[in-house]
Amino acid sequence: MSTVHTKHAHEANGSLAIPGFTPEAVRAKIGFCEQLKGGVIMDVVNAEQARIAEESGAVAVMALERVPADIRRMGGVARACDPRIIEEIQAAVSIPVMAKVRIGHFAEAQILEALEVDAIDESEVLTPADEEFHVWKHDFKSPFVCGCRDLGEALRRIHEGAAMIRTKGEAGTGNVVEAVRHMRAVMGGIRALRGLEQRELEKRAVEYRVPVELVAWVARQQKLPVPNFSAGGIATPADAALMMQLGAETVFVGSGIFKSQDPMRRAKAIVRAATHFRDPKVLAEVSRDLGEAMPGLEVANLPAEERLAQRGW
Amino acid sequence: MPSAAGEPRVGVLALQGDFAEHEAALARFGVATVQVRRPEQMRGLAALVLPGGESTTMLRLLRSEGLWEPVAAWLGSGRPVLATCAGLILLAREVNRPRQESLGVLDVSVDRNGYGRQVASGTFTLRSAALPGPAEGVFIRAPRITRVGPSVEVLAWRESDPVLVREGPVLAACFHPELQPDHPVTALFVELVRARVPASSMSPRNP
Repeated sequence: MSTVHTKHAHEANGSLAIPGFTPEAVRAKIGFCEQLKGGVIMDVVNAEQARIAEESGAVAVMALERVPADIRRMGGVARACDPRIIEEIQAAVSIPVMAKVRIGHFAEAQILEALEVDAIDESEVLTPADEEFHVWKHDFKSPFVCGCRDLGEALRRIHEGAAMIRTKGEAGTGNVVEAVRHMRAVMGGIRALRGLEQRELEKRAVEYRVPVELVAWVARQQKLPVPNFSAGGIATPADAALMMQLGAETVFVGSGIFKSQDPMRRAKAIVRAATHFRDPKVLAEVSRDLGEAMPGLEVANLPAEERLAQRGW
Repeated sequence: MPSAAGEPRVGVLALQGDFAEHEAALARFGVATVQVRRPEQMRGLAALVLPGGESTTMLRLLRSEGLWEPVAAWLGSGRPVLATCAGLILLAREVNRPRQESLGVLDVSVDRNGYGRQVASGTFTLRSAALPGPAEGVFIRAPRITRVGPSVEVLAWRESDPVLVREGPVLAACFHPELQPDHPVTALFVELVRARVPASSMSPRNP
């Protein structure tokens, strides 16, 4: 085996140094996120839903007081979940339990870390707490996931310490169009860095408001330095397969499961779709007779102030 | 990845988890791998890797994809197996906290998430005569081995816990060697694969 081959394979392994991350953060925080790949992370609001998610094959659950479709419907300020709900869900399942904090609300994040949630989602689905700063995620031992709409936003969150990235999509709509737009923007942004010279990378880093080392890493490796997941509007097995063929390594399904007619059946189908996302025969089989999906919303008709993806920067 | 002439083909269970990291680690040794998601992909494998991920998810998919029986039958054939973290849980004779069914070919008992939730994850020093020192392991919501059977050889310890074990052709770790390039456990597995494969069972270039 040649030295060149060794170096290349080494870099492909993902254990390469990542600008801003300690080697231990790469192993423990990003390593945790690697274990979720090829899986489905499901929003749940109580222990019973969490058990259904685990029984269906979810790789993790996201504990919430309300799924995004209900947050949208009810309005008001959406905050981190009551610790009692998180503890009940932790007691009910053996898979990882994640929970959401408001953008910039590091005190809510401290509380979730004290509750030993396995990962924290700094989420635009909740009402933002800080209009200037996101949480400085390197300060936490818990891995964070953050939403993005394009490569610049993804890299800003990774610079702050996010150990996995997801598309924002438009949560609570059952409409995948925004998730597709965001994933295409991220993947296209990565491809657009290929072959740039140092001065061009520096210009791009200024535009993205991140260190040039991070941009250079992505230009060289042609992928994000952390796992790249998708969320926001995924409601069917085909939606999951679409996002994974576009580059997502795992999907988050929010309102799509427990707002549908037969949650267990739909959850199992989406889990199988995440494994066989390139196999149309299996996708056809799992898509049959799922009952009604969640009723969708046309994103183009949503007034700007109701678009959750606009939150964060 | 195409297999070089005379090289064994290693299957990597690709239902969910960090199977791509195992493939990258094996590629560094020039070992060809094939992703296994369907029963027919088990044919002609010289060895099998059960990666890290969520064991509950893999268990359900082994059933729904019709892989349980073919994998169980294959495991009885005495060919080399590498199982890490969730993979070790799938192979253990007994799984506790909570109780869970398993393929049962490795005579150990394990507690799932035996070291705690994600906050307890990290890199820990290993004590081992089998691995070149100083060895470390990355433990992520790792299973804890609470009992080893008489035919199980312990190859590495984390404090007083066995964390790398071997029973015949089965090599299993509570930690994730695939997350550390150059980890000696991958080398140990490759040695096992190359030693076990007689010229007659070499796989053709494509299945």
